Parts: sequence; structure tokens; C-alpha cells
Amino acid sequence: MARTAIVVCWAMAIALALFLLAPLLVIAAASFSPTPVFDLPLTGASTRWYGKIGRLDGFWPSLLLSLQIALLSTAISLVCGTLAAIAIARGKLPGADIFATALVSPLMMPGLVLGIALLQGFRAVGFTAPWATLLVAHLVITLPYVARTMIAGLSQFDFTLIEAARTLGCTYPGSVLRVMVPALAPSFLIAGIFSFLASFDNYPVSIFLADVRTKTLPIRMLQYIEEAPDPTLAALSTLILAGTVILLFVSDRVVGLHRMAGTSD
Amino acid sequence: MTEAALPAPMAAPSVDRERLAAFGFVLPSVVIIAGVFALPLVLLLGVSIVDANGLTFAHYKRLLGSPYYLGVIWNSLRLGLLTTTIAFLISYPAAFALARARGALRSLLLATLFLPLAASVIVKAFAWTILLRSDGIVNETLIALGIIEDPIRMIFTETALIVGAVNIFLPFMILPIYAIVAQLDSRYAEAAATLGASPLVTFVRVILPLTLPGIIAGVALVFSLSVSAYVVPTLLIGEKYPTLATTIAKAYLLTREPGFGAAAGVVLLAIAIAVVTLSARMSREPK
Repeated sequence: MARTAIVVCWAMAIALALFLLAPLLVIAAASFSPTPVFDLPLTGASTRWYGKIGRLDGFWPSLLLSLQIALLSTAISLVCGTLAAIAIARGKLPGADIFATALVSPLMMPGLVLGIALLQGFRAVGFTAPWATLLVAHLVITLPYVARTMIAGLSQFDFTLIEAARTLGCTYPGSVLRVMVPALAPSFLIAGIFSFLASFDNYPVSIFLADVRTKTLPIRMLQYIEEAPDPTLAALSTLILAGTVILLFVSDRVVGLHRMAGTSD
Repeated sequence: MTEAALPAPMAAPSVDRERLAAFGFVLPSVVIIAGVFALPLVLLLGVSIVDANGLTFAHYKRLLGSPYYLGVIWNSLRLGLLTTTIAFLISYPAAFALARARGALRSLLLATLFLPLAASVIVKAFAWTILLRSDGIVNETLIALGIIEDPIRMIFTETALIVGAVNIFLPFMILPIYAIVAQLDSRYAEAAATLGASPLVTFVRVILPLTLPGIIAGVALVFSLSVSAYVVPTLLIGEKYPTLATTIAKAYLLTREPGFGAAAGVVLLAIAIAVVTLSARMSREPK
């Protein structure tokens, strides 16, 4: 019976791996389709759909907008979230648990509900400029990722190291910069990547704040899929996937190198 | 160098000063969460019960009093329940295999979890529309294998919706379970066996309770994500499977009924809060 259980476990793991990869492989294969319909298995290969991405209606402004919002909101969240995580992890803050729960809570809330709540809220105070509302809204999307990752990372960090640096004559900012920053770099990188992806991929919040001229890339993409899906969209998706793979690979390398250098346990 | 020779920062800052500094550190984040998360949600509750004539519960009556909208709420819950159950049944055994894997195999399996997690939901849902089309790969494979003769209509059916939702939310189930299973001490199972427990009894009375925190975390996460999914039902089943999420979007983007949309939002929010509260209580209890 135990042996049967092990076989079932492995069968499930392999099935799961194939099932999870299936949509990614299909998108990549479809992007090289020689015909405008997704004829799989492929009867030939063509890269012409990649050349058509740039000519999709409104593609460049949407890409630029999504990159701006994702980079800026991630940067701001990294600063605010890390500061908060330091205060929470150091244990000098009364009610630290409540703060930690509050900062991470948007992760479990339906994105669409947050979207309409923000739409109502921003309207109520007369804050309606789409670019600015998108940026502010994406702070709530990115901050919980940063807070969660940095609180977890800091819980491993020994704060007496900072005291030690101060005892040796470092100023407080100086000791933070030389002791804490290198030790936390891996968590910082992971927090940054996941919050960037969460913002770059967000649809349910952005849809309520966008207008005809200010549309993020996910909004554009859903519109393309609903209007006229052709392999151009698969090509665009493949490029985004490739970018994600590179981002994960590089971060793995960088974080790995940091660990090898012994700056983090 | 003696301690006395060191300059002023040596003196330990007072507790008050440290607390003040700690509050200063959390302040920017608290302002963001309070101003751009908590307050707007309270306002949403207000919008759902107040209209031009004052206090009203008309939106909730419409939502909770009509068979159509009760069906909509049930559709959301059904999507959440089916997705969570299937994702759990696949993930739980797979997590044990993953925890036993070593070296390159483990890296490979973990990569197959992280890559889809980092990939866009819209991209994955779009891929399933290609896979499940009547002339798509799944149909052609089934025909080639002789399992079916004619293409089955899969896209825009509940099957398509559940397959897509399970695929997209699976990593959120297996990762928390794997995190617990990987730390499981195999000596517990050995001890149970030594004491005469059959494999089944060992599993039910030892392994299952020990892995419960991972199960609770995974179930809570996948349920709250799938019950409120919007992109997946929109692309894979469309109009004929209205959920709370699609009702909210429709009320705000098409029919311009913010009060009704807000009420549907509050109901969805209540479901999410119930799941979070319940899972937090359950994961605290067994200890």
C-alpha cells in the first residue's frame, strides 16, 4: 500500500508539471504559426507575427504606461514596505502583529472589489487623473508583496549586528547601510520582482481606473483577445514570458551569488 | 579601545525614542493601507447602502432576494469550491513527491511551479482558449487516440472554466503544502509503524494532522483567489456563467449601477473575510 502511495505521488507530480507547463508551451508554439489560425501541430514556422506586435493598436503607449506604473509603484513600495518591515521585525513596535497583518491583508482581498472601492474613493475626493490614480492604486497592489517578503527576510536578521556596528562607532544610518543592506539584498530583490510582476500583470484594479487613452498592457491584451485573437497576441505573450524567464533566471543567479558570498544565511 | 572612549551614539536610546522611530518607520505604509485600502472599502460599504434618498437596502434585497442573483452567488462559490477541491487532490500527493525529489529533479519541478506563477493570468487564460477550441489540440489528441469521434465543445463550458482555473491557481495550493511536507520528520511515520499502526492509520492520524497548516493555507488562498476570479471566467466561459466578479464589472463598466455593484462587492468581500478569518482560527486551534 505504501508503494502504491509513492507511485500515485510521483504520477501526480509529473502530471502536475506537464499540466502547468502546457499553456506556456502552447502559447510559444502558436506564436510561430505560419497561418493566421492556431494550427497545431505546426506545419511550418514563421516569425512574422513578432514583427506585427509593434503595429497592434495602442500597443506602445500601453507598454510604456504599464512599465512606468510597475517600476514606480515597486520603487515606492520597496522603500515604504522595507521601513515598515524593519519596525515590525525589530520588536520595538507595540502591536507589531496587527501592523503586519494589516500590511499584508490586501493580498487576500478580491482585486475587483479593491478596484471599485478605489474608483469610488478617488471620485469622492475629486482625484481623477488616470495616470496618477493608477500609480496610487498600484501601491496597494505592490506594498503587501514587499511587506510579506521583507518581514520574512528580516525575521532571520540579527539586529544586534547593527548594535555591534554602532558600538564600533558607526552612525545608525551608516550601520544600516553597511550591515543590514547587504544581508537583505536577496529578499529585497525577490520582493521587487514579485511586486513588479503583480503590478505589470494587474487587470482587476486597473480596469476601473483606466480611460480610453490611458490603458495598461493587460487591459489592451484582453481587448485584443476579445476582438481579434491572432498569433500576434501569442507572439506578444511569448515575449512577455521570455522576459519573465530571464528575470527569474537572473535573480536566481544574483541571489545565489549573494548566498555564496556569505552575506546571507 | 575602551567603551568609555566612544562618542555619544553609544548611549542606548530611550525606549520612547525607539518606539517613536518605529512608528515613523511604519507610518508611510500605514498611510497607504489606511488611505488607499481601508477607507475606500468603508466608503464602498457606504455606497452600497446609501442612495440619493438616504439609507436603502434595495441593492441587497435585489442581490439576496432574487433567484437569478442567488444563482450568481452560487456560481462564484461553485467555481471556488470545485477549483479548490481539484487543486487540492492534485497538489497534496504531488507535494510529497516534490519533497522527496533531490538535486536537478527538484530544481526542475520547482521551476515548473514558479514559472507559471510569474506568468500573466491573461496569457495563460488565452492559451487555454487555444488549447480547448473545437479544432484545438485537446480535441485533436482525443480524436487521434480514438477516445472520441467528433470534436467536443469545450471552450465556453464549465469544464473549460474549471480546467483553466485549476491550472492558474494550482501553484498557490502546492507551494504552502510543499513548504510543510518538506519539513516533515519521517521518524513520526516510522514511530507510528513501529507502534503497530497500519499505513492508513499512520496517514490519517499522523501525517494528515501534521500537514494541516499547509492544507489550510493553500485552501484559503486558492478559494479566495478563484471565488473572485474575473479574467478566467470572462475568457473561458463568458456571459452564460455570471459570477459576483463579472456582475461587479458589469454594474460599473456597462450598466452604470454603482450602488448595486458596490453591494455585490461587499458580498464578495464578506466571503473573502470569512475565509481568512476561518483559516486563521483553524490554523491556530490544533496546537
